[in-house]
Amino acid sequence: MIKFSDEKLAKVKELITHYPEGKQKSALLPVLHIAQESFGGWLSPEVMDYVAGLLNIEPIEVYEVATFYSMYNLKPMGKYMFEVCQTGPCMLKGSDDIIEYIKQKLGIEVGETTADGLFSLKTVECLGACGYAPMMQLGKFYREHLTKEKVDAIIEECRKTAAQNN
Amino acid sequence: MGRKLLLEKAHVEGIRTYEVYRREGGYRSVEKALKTMTPDQITDEVKKSGLRGRGGAGFPTGMKWSFIAKPEGVPRHLVCNADESEPGTFKDRYLMEFLPHLLIEGLIVSSFALGSNVTYIYIRGEYAWIVDILEQAIAEAKQNGWLGNNILGTGFNCEIYVHRGAGAYICGEETALLESLEGKRGNPRIKPPFPAVKGAWDRPTVVNNVETLAAVVPIINIGAEEYAKIGIGKSTGTKLISACGNINKPGVYEIDMTISVEDFIYSDEYCGGIPNGKKLKACIPGGSSVPILPANLLLKTVKGETRIMNYESLSDGGFAKGSMMGSGGFIVLDEDQCVVRNTLTLARFYRHESCGQCSPCREGTGWMEKILKNIEYGKGKSSDIDLLWDIQRKIEGNTICPLGDAAAWPVAAAIRHFRDEFEWHVANPLESQKRNFGLAHYADPLESVTA
Ligand SMILES: Cc1cc2nc3c(=O)[nH]c(=O)nc-3n(C[C@H](O)[C@H](O)[C@H](O)COP(=O)(O)O)c2cc1C
Ligand code: SF4
Ligand code: FES
Repeated sequence: MIKFSDEKLAKVKELITHYPEGKQKSALLPVLHIAQESFGGWLSPEVMDYVAGLLNIEPIEVYEVATFYSMYNLKPMGKYMFEVCQTGPCMLKGSDDIIEYIKQKLGIEVGETTADGLFSLKTVECLGACGYAPMMQLGKFYREHLTKEKVDAIIEECRKTAAQNN
Repeated sequence: MGRKLLLEKAHVEGIRTYEVYRREGGYRSVEKALKTMTPDQITDEVKKSGLRGRGGAGFPTGMKWSFIAKPEGVPRHLVCNADESEPGTFKDRYLMEFLPHLLIEGLIVSSFALGSNVTYIYIRGEYAWIVDILEQAIAEAKQNGWLGNNILGTGFNCEIYVHRGAGAYICGEETALLESLEGKRGNPRIKPPFPAVKGAWDRPTVVNNVETLAAVVPIINIGAEEYAKIGIGKSTGTKLISACGNINKPGVYEIDMTISVEDFIYSDEYCGGIPNGKKLKACIPGGSSVPILPANLLLKTVKGETRIMNYESLSDGGFAKGSMMGSGGFIVLDEDQCVVRNTLTLARFYRHESCGQCSPCREGTGWMEKILKNIEYGKGKSSDIDLLWDIQRKIEGNTICPLGDAAAWPVAAAIRHFRDEFEWHVANPLESQKRNFGLAHYADPLESVTA
C-alpha cells in the first residue's frame, strides 16, 4: 500500500494552503516532487493514482502533468543520475567530450542504467549554469567545471556512499 | 567602474542571512514604501525610473503594473518569474543564491504596489537547493515582521510562497507559467485576455522577472530620478549580464549599460578576453534566441558606431545587422567553434522544449533539428540551406507563443551571417567532421529578412 509518512502528509496539507480554496490541484507539481523522492525516484501509476486521490483530482490530470515535465521519471532510474547538459554554451566548453567519457567509464549509452542499478546517464538541456560549464545535475545539486578527473572522483564518491549505505 | 545597485553587497560575508542583510541597510525600501507612499505612488516611481522588464522582452515595468485590473472583491497576484531557462542565462540564479533577501524585499514592495496579498515565486525545478535558500529567507523576513499580517502596522498583509517547476523551458513564458502554477501542463494560453486581466485562477496577475523585482529596491531607495540618471536613453539603471562560452572570466556582472561590447569582452573587470589568445568569432549577446552576430557586426554597428551593451545599441541595425539585449545571456564563440554545431544544439533545445500545441512550432523545430544534424554530420545537401531558411520563416509569427520565434531566429541569423560555413559543411562532408571552418568570412548579410 502506497502512503506518505505522517510528516510528508503534513507537508502536503501545508502546501495546499498556499493556493486559493478549491484550487488544491495547484499543489500538484510540488506534491509530485515529494512523491518521486519518497517512492524510489520515479512515479509509478500507483503513485500517481495515490497523488490524484490526495488532491481530489482525476488520475488523468496527474498523468498529463507527469508526462509533460522532464524532471518526473516514469520508469525506475539508477540510484545516481548523471544529468549532463549538452546545450550550446556547455557544448562550447566541451560537454560532448564529458558525455563520451562518462559513457566509456560506466559502459552505458545515454538513457541507460548500469547493471548494478547504481548509475544512469541522461543528457539534458541548459540548466542555468552555462558560465560554470561543462556541468551536470546530480541529485539536488549541480556539479560544475567538469573535467575527466572530476568525473572519476564523482563516480568514486557515489560508489563509496552506496557501499556505506548498504 | 560602473555603479552597482543590485550586487553591491553580494560579497559581504553572511549577506544571505537576515541579520547581516538588515545591518547592511536591507528592508529600508519596505519601510519607505509602506509607511510614506501609496501603491499608486510606487507604480509612478517605477514608471519614472524607466525600468524595463529584465526577463527578455524589455517591456516598461511601471506601465505593466498600471494595466492590472482592479475589479471589486477579486484578489490580485504578483508572480515572480524565476524559471530562468534560456540558454546562456544564469543571472537570476546568482541573485537568488547570494542575495535572497534582496528579492524578498523587492517582492514585498511590489506586492504592496499591486495589492497582492499572496505572491508566488515560480522557480525552475532544477534549482532545488535555491528553493531552500528562498524559503529560509522568507521565514526570516516573516519572523521579523516584514511578511504576514498587518506589516509595519499598515494593515497590509502579504505571504510569499515558492512554487517549484519540474523541468520545462516553456514555463518561463508567462501564460504557460500560470498554467503550471495551477497544476497543469505548461501550454501557453492564447492572449487576450492578458494576465493583467485574467491571470492565475482567472484573477488579475502581474508576472515579472527576478531581476526586475529586485531592481525595485534601489529605485525606491535612491528615487526614480537618481536611478534614471544611470545608463543611456531608454536603457536606465543597471543590468545583470551572465557571460559564458569562450572567455577567461565567465560569471555574472552588473553593468550600467554605457560600456562598449568590446570593453565588456576584453577588459579584466568583466570577461577578461578570450582564452589562449584566440580570436573572437561570434557572439550571441542576449540569450540563445537572439540573433548571433559575427565579430565585425558585434563590436561596431553597420554605421560604424561603437556598439554599447544596452537595449538600443545591441538592436541597432534590426535583425539583419543587429541583435538584442534579451535576457542578458552573453555567449561568446572563439575561432575554433563551429556555428553549424552550435545552431544544431540550439535547434535541438527548442524542439525539446516546444509544448507541441501549434503545428508550425512542433513540426518546424523537429524538422530544423533534423536538417541541421544532417549538415553537421556530413549528410547535407546544398538545397537544405534554403529549406532551413524557408522553414524558419514559416514558423516565425505563426504560433501561439513566442517560443516559435525564439526557435526560428537563431537559425535565421546563423544562415544570414555564416552561410559560407553551412555551404562548406555541405561541400566538404568528411573534412567538416574533422575540423572546424575557423574564422568566418562574414557572408554578406541577406537584405531580405523576416526575422
Ligand atoms: C519561451 C519563453 C520563455 C521565457 N522564459 C522566461 C524566463 O525564464 N524568465 C523570465 O523572467 N521571463 C521569461 N520569458 C518572458 C516572460 O513571458 C515574461 O515576459 C516576463 O517574465 C515578464 O517579466 P519582465 O517584464 O520583468 O521581464 C519567456 C518568454 C518566452 C516566450
Ligand atoms: S509556439 Fe511552440 S511552445 Fe509556443 S504554444 Fe506553440 S507549440 Fe507551444
Ligand atoms: S548550456 Fe549547459 S547549463 Fe546552460
